Amino acid sequence: MSHIPEDSLDSGAGLPFLQVRNLRVHFPTDDGVVKSVDDLSFSVERGKTLGIVGESGSGKSVTSLSIMGLHKEGAARISGEILLDGRNLVGMDREKVRLLRGKRMAMIFQDPLSAMHPYYTVGAQIVEAYRVHNKVAKQVARKHAIDLLARVGIPNPKSRVDDYPHQFSGGMRQRAMIAMALSCDPELLIADEPTTALDVTVQAQILDLIRDLQQEFDSAVVLITHDLGVVAELADDIMVMYAGRAVEHSTATDIFNSPQHPYTWGLLGSMPRLDRERSERLQPIKGTPPSLINVPDGCPFNPRCAYAGRNGDLSFTERPEFRDIGGGHHIACHLPTEDRHHIWDEEIRPKL
Amino acid sequence: MSTPKPAGELLSVTGLRKHFPIRRGILQRQVGAVQAVDGLTFSVNRGETLSLVGESGCGKTTTGRLLTRLLEPTSGKIVLDGRDISHLSMSAMRPLRCDVQMIFQDPYSSLNPRHTVGTIVGAPFRLQKVRPENGVKRAVQDLLELVGLNPEHYNRYPHEFSGGQRQRIGIARTLALKPKLIVADEPVSALDVSIQAQVVNLLEDLQDEFNLTYVMIAHDLSVVRHVSDRVAVMYLGKIMEIADRTSLYERPMHPYTVALLSAVPVPDTSRRTRRERIRLQGDVPSPINPPVGCRFHTRCWKAQEVCKVEEPALAELAPGHRAACHFPENVGGSV
Ligand SMILES: Nc1ncnc2c1ncn2[C@@H]1O[C@H](COP(=O)(O)OP(=O)(O)OP(=O)(O)O)[C@@H](O)[C@H]1O
Ligand SMILES: Nc1ncnc2c1ncn2[C@@H]1O[C@H](COP(=O)(O)OP(=O)(O)O)[C@@H](O)[C@H]1O
Ligand code: SF4
Ligand code: SF4
Ligand SMILES: [Mg+2]
Ligand SMILES: [Mg+2]
Repeated sequence: MSHIPEDSLDSGAGLPFLQVRNLRVHFPTDDGVVKSVDDLSFSVERGKTLGIVGESGSGKSVTSLSIMGLHKEGAARISGEILLDGRNLVGMDREKVRLLRGKRMAMIFQDPLSAMHPYYTVGAQIVEAYRVHNKVAKQVARKHAIDLLARVGIPNPKSRVDDYPHQFSGGMRQRAMIAMALSCDPELLIADEPTTALDVTVQAQILDLIRDLQQEFDSAVVLITHDLGVVAELADDIMVMYAGRAVEHSTATDIFNSPQHPYTWGLLGSMPRLDRERSERLQPIKGTPPSLINVPDGCPFNPRCAYAGRNGDLSFTERPEFRDIGGGHHIACHLPTEDRHHIWDEEIRPKL
Repeated sequence: MSTPKPAGELLSVTGLRKHFPIRRGILQRQVGAVQAVDGLTFSVNRGETLSLVGESGCGKTTTGRLLTRLLEPTSGKIVLDGRDISHLSMSAMRPLRCDVQMIFQDPYSSLNPRHTVGTIVGAPFRLQKVRPENGVKRAVQDLLELVGLNPEHYNRYPHEFSGGQRQRIGIARTLALKPKLIVADEPVSALDVSIQAQVVNLLEDLQDEFNLTYVMIAHDLSVVRHVSDRVAVMYLGKIMEIADRTSLYERPMHPYTVALLSAVPVPDTSRRTRRERIRLQGDVPSPINPPVGCRFHTRCWKAQEVCKVEEPALAELAPGHRAACHFPENVGGSV
């Protein structure tokens, strides 16, 4: 059984550029097996942006590192399929994955310093990344690096190309990393919390940049963040993760206008919003996310869910299937349709 | 020593400056200064929350450390509850430590990993040589309960708690001596949104219960609107605008405030196209050589020649609403 919302997310013409099917990433540790990602499926087409949201520790970064083939050899137990333009990356020779990385897929990280070498100039690093995949003269690659820095909005790129990363401000480093990631026009771009460390004004610049570049290159983008505001800016589709699993997945409009999963309701109720009247009180989700070594039986969200008692024992004994509730809108929850609609209309929507 | 205290006012700050000297060479000659905080004037009333917002490096934390006197001001005056504390020595400051407390941004590094929760939360009693009525242990357990932690976790260590729980431990420690003023430096920004809401509600409940006064330092403008009575917007060590919450969010006057507000992403896809955005170019200039005239002129879309030479005063443009700009927005209408 596949969880991919086939009809809604495929445009019909050809397969999505990235398809993840039943991905499991488990880490054996002294305390037990950490089930960081458990039976996760999704897909992204060229020219589209999938937003993945969830709290810290919900498995977002582990998912992106799996796609990029960046988990340390032997540390992670990975199963399922990751199809990049139809080719399965799970179990593929590491060297082959390395060649795809940079050429066909690239990643931007939260902390640009972790992705850049402190002792080489920004230009040298872009040149290096470019020449791995393109056999061109150094001067040609340097020209390309300057063009890219200009493209991502670095002022005076001709002189800044010779700066070291620490000479750039936080926003400029993020731009430089994007330039590096784009050096080979990747068809898949994964941005893991690309703006979390930045001020709102710079965040707005970076989000604009990612949007423009995507339109220019028609790439598939996966945007990972814990900030629902950020995904609302860019994402076509949104997948909400909890404890290593998808709990809701639909179009961005659905997720914001008619969310159907109690955890998504909780996220929306927790955040103060500038686009609404100020509420007297925030509506937090009680408790904390579970340990991924001891995921609760039944629905992993049950200790924090206000509606867990409404389904007899089901929420505590049986894992809810991730299923299509119409039009490609997927959720994993036992609440009967009627109750769900009723709760949304009467209890949740009026308070958001 | 004592200054007359206006009714309701707990904290009053005038012309507050902190310049960190930059020294070079073998002789450590001063070659310049980081003008981290450069002339702040504001006051905070009892029981109210004033928030300081602004981009990274604008001097929020430095201001917080000045108010709690973890730093000595270069110049200017801080009056707390009628008492000038601007230049009090460490020992003269000690009894006042009961009145002012600080909550730190990072719940991971602000708690000593080798101390139990009991030791951490009880530390202020020992430092101040305060003997709670029913003993320190009992007092600590009451505090833990107050912030929503299990009192039985007295003997546990910080690493056994989640980020939100650690922030609660920090809050419990802060409350031990019943302070009048709490300076909270980004108390929720390291927390996940669902946990952030729990801690915001806790801070609000405690304020109501003990009539606490907060100076809240934050960069998330949505959270700031939720928690504040008044808001001060800072840029390069100066206050650009200060007003009550409603005026600031509904009628922002300073172009920088307008730009900040328009950059906040909102969780609503239908806004994507409709929203009119002001995009600031570039980054904040260095506080070592801040621009002359209006400090914001290098990024301001309204800047004129006068802005490059003449610094605008922080003037009251509507009742209780001050802004430092030659060409403010949203003024006019009724006078
Ligand atoms: N001890 C110090 N010596 C020299 N410069 C300092 C010192 N402490 C802070 N600064 C500088 O003063 C300025 C203001 O710093 P501050 O920490 O107050 O900023 P902030 O507004 O709290 O920023 P953030 O949002 O990043 O926490 C910055 O330019 C900073 O680098
Ligand atoms: N190498 C590893 N070994 C063991 N556990 C790991 C490893 N990497 C990540 N984890 C765990 O996997 C879970 C998901 O992590 P991550 O994907 O980084 O979360 P996030 O959603 O915040 O990006 C966390 O519980 C984390 O501690
Ligand atoms: S399955 Fe039960 S516990 Fe899980 S989200 Fe639905 S109602 Fe809540
Ligand atoms: S004084 Fe001039 S530069 Fe400064 S904010 Fe106002 S318009 Fe902009
Ligand atoms: Mg992560
Ligand atoms: Mg700070």
